[in-house]
Amino acid sequence: MSSFLLATGTLWQREMVRFLRQRSRVVGAFASPLLFWVLIGSGVGSSFRGAASGEMNYMEYFFPGTVVMILLFTSIFSTISIIEDRKEGFLQAVLVAPIPRSAFVLGKLLGGTTLAVGQGVLFMLLAPLVGISLSAIPAALGMMGLVAFGLTALGYTIAWSMDSTQGFHAIMNLFLIPMWLLSGSVFPASGASQWLRWVMMINPLTYGLAAVRWSIYGAGSAATLNLPAFVLSLAVSVVFAISLFAAAILMTRRTK
Amino acid sequence: MTNNIAVAVRDLAHSYGDRKALAGVSFEVKRGEIFGLLGPNGGGKTTLFRILSTSFPSTSGQATIFGSDVRTQAEAVRRRIGVVFQNPSLDKKLTVAENLRHRGHLYGLRGAPLDDRMKEMMERLAVADRAGDIVEKLSGGLQRRVELAGGLLHRPELLILDEPSVGLDPGARRDLWLYLQRLREREGVTILLTTHLIDEADRCDHVLILNQGAVVALDTPDTLKEQIGGDVIVITSRTPDELRDALKERFAVEATIFNGKVRVERESGHAFVSQLVEAFSSMIDSVTLAKPTLEDVFIARTGHRFWEDGQ
Repeated sequence: MSSFLLATGTLWQREMVRFLRQRSRVVGAFASPLLFWVLIGSGVGSSFRGAASGEMNYMEYFFPGTVVMILLFTSIFSTISIIEDRKEGFLQAVLVAPIPRSAFVLGKLLGGTTLAVGQGVLFMLLAPLVGISLSAIPAALGMMGLVAFGLTALGYTIAWSMDSTQGFHAIMNLFLIPMWLLSGSVFPASGASQWLRWVMMINPLTYGLAAVRWSIYGAGSAATLNLPAFVLSLAVSVVFAISLFAAAILMTRRTK
Repeated sequence: MTNNIAVAVRDLAHSYGDRKALAGVSFEVKRGEIFGLLGPNGGGKTTLFRILSTSFPSTSGQATIFGSDVRTQAEAVRRRIGVVFQNPSLDKKLTVAENLRHRGHLYGLRGAPLDDRMKEMMERLAVADRAGDIVEKLSGGLQRRVELAGGLLHRPELLILDEPSVGLDPGARRDLWLYLQRLREREGVTILLTTHLIDEADRCDHVLILNQGAVVALDTPDTLKEQIGGDVIVITSRTPDELRDALKERFAVEATIFNGKVRVERESGHAFVSQLVEAFSSMIDSVTLAKPTLEDVFIARTGHRFWEDGQ
């Protein structure tokens, strides 16, 4: 067990150091969601009158959605490197080392999760600007971690099956971004057309975002009125994270 | 008997989809020897390297390293082998020391023993003064040395290297070989390497020549060259076919035409050359006489050149 932890820990640490040495990645995964939040938030402004939003202005409605976008972007950026790393980098050595594949996968996913949550927390320091208390940060930490872990595992399974980073970018645009758009991040399900509501209902990230909103606002707030129930949101997010973690391990074991 | 064997490969085959990369390869590597896998690019060397290093399992056949099956007992194999990749398996954003530390952790090494071992290996491979440098700033030769240090941290009994001298200048290549030979002599480490360089294969104790996924030849370099039969004479002629027929008629020699040149293998080649030039001076533009090389072995066994055009 201790050699398992040693391996997982060393791989986790490597993710941290790599990320911090690449300034452009740090800025990229943080700055573009921030920009989206400011531009879209200010642009939509008062034209937004959602049934789900209650008294909320749009900047506030869009705030948790932006947090999830940061989690998504950071998770993806930390897994996309797998493609090159496996062909001609450090991963080659990891895969011939006497450690279980699960130790490697766990180290990678925890690394991505930590980075994503760190960036998310950084953004949440802006919460008071939209009237959300800073105490929402510790309250939301667990949910952010859970959602980030699931997204990193998703990014891992995609990256592992890819030969090139171009392929990953295509998936990002055609699958991951729409998944985020249709999670209730930009608009609530209640105002959407019927077919879109169905899509949003089967989108696991809808529940991830709802779990984050629940953890920020707590029960009894108007902001959580039209969300999926907390227990359901939590359950879906847990199942999502665990099944993708398992898929990531299986894929890594079956490498040809 | 089995104790003496480091690597045993039987009927190993591998396909990527429809493409057959290895078609039933068998050989053994003895403990303490330097064993070379020689072949042109695409000949199957790298596939064989990846299977033996446990990067992925073979489609069929069996390979054991120190008695453990590379597929079913991968973990036992991994503890005893050191792997040196062609593209160094280093994190280019990290320093030399950071890379070695992570690598050590993957093998369960930690704390002071790991520090000592890292220091020892960095000194041996003369990269100690670069310990704090980011890997991407190092030359290819230095990166290869760091990769080698990483592969040896856990004191493997077998070192497997994929094209270890690609991208190295002649000086660095010589240093690498001196180091490998010393490693074998002083520590008894068995060394298995792939190469596409004839002169490199010449320095191995045994050479296995691979072509299109199959074994073309397997023996010591000297034995393989002796089988060629004396010297290799290559004649440039404007009428190679005529010359070949004339040679057969006059000297009862089986000549072959290869890339437009007439090629003869013969003992005491120097004596034959003078007879040859006397007899057919009008048909001959130039004659070269050389001791056979492993390339000649390759040509003799496969009927085509080791280096295809464009390589």
